[in-house]
Amino acid sequence: MYKIAAMGDRNSIYGLASLGISIFPTDDSAEAVKTLRRISESGYAVIFITESLASLIQTEIEKYKDEPLPAIIPIPGVSGNTGMGMKQVSRFVERAVGSDIVN
Amino acid sequence: MAVMNVNPTRMELTNLKRKLTTARRGHKLLKDKRDELMRRFLELVRENKELRRRVEEGISEANRHMSVARSVMSDSALDVALMMPTQEMSLEIEEKNVMSVMLPVFDAKLKSADENDIYSYGFAFTSMDLDQAVKALSDIMPLMLRLAEVEKSCQLMSAEIEKTRRRVNALEHVMIPRYEETIKYITMKLDENERSSTTRLMKVKSMMLEDARQKAIAHDREVASRQ
Repeated sequence: MYKIAAMGDRNSIYGLASLGISIFPTDDSAEAVKTLRRISESGYAVIFITESLASLIQTEIEKYKDEPLPAIIPIPGVSGNTGMGMKQVSRFVERAVGSDIVN
Repeated sequence: MAVMNVNPTRMELTNLKRKLTTARRGHKLLKDKRDELMRRFLELVRENKELRRRVEEGISEANRHMSVARSVMSDSALDVALMMPTQEMSLEIEEKNVMSVMLPVFDAKLKSADENDIYSYGFAFTSMDLDQAVKALSDIMPLMLRLAEVEKSCQLMSAEIEKTRRRVNALEHVMIPRYEETIKYITMKLDENERSSTTRLMKVKSMMLEDARQKAIAHDREVASRQ
């Protein structure tokens, strides 16, 4: 049985708590890295993370990219959509094909 | 392309020929694998982009309501309202094998049977916008989970495609040409050896014949001088 987590600044992820998702509010990169490591080892299969926080701990997130679990999914926070999520999808295509051919 | 460092013997030649057939078959299989992976990957990526667009829209919608709720309610009231979630979501995970890539399939389970049981507060002291924010998030939740599934699948598949593509290229441009060159080299060397031994034999034969002829001439002369 796996759980779902959300990380990011408090205002962005607070609403998700009411859906039964565990929230880990933080906006400090060092703390976020620690939290991410802890929760990825304790049965969380999906971790939603706000784009602003994800951009701070990019290298840490990269470590999980070839693991089957957890799936770390960037979502836009209250501060707005930075387009990072879409860029990430384009990066997958670039990695697989060589250039972004899907628009 | 460099020729491998091997002895030009018949045994090496047979070994190399066998390796070359294996390499060719492996190359063909891997190429098929790559093509199929690519086809599925592109389908998934299209879905991924569409899902992401819708999820991002849904979340910004929820965030809009949330900001209004935050501005009309006090922070502490909001905290109290959301402090104790009534709902708990858990995931069942299955694995789907696509061309030997293990892709996760998420199946969300809620603690309470009623999926509308998402409001962890009484409606009396909270703003309507909070309800709307929570509702918007709850509506987008199945899509978010599907997004997580698809995005992780894309990530894993892109890694696998990269690996397979490298293998295909290594076989196509390095291994197979190298085997072919080496086989050619050994064949030429063996042919050359054969030719040189033939010429040697011919030379020896002609020398022996010459020798025999000289002896015969000498013998004839001797017989003639005695008569």
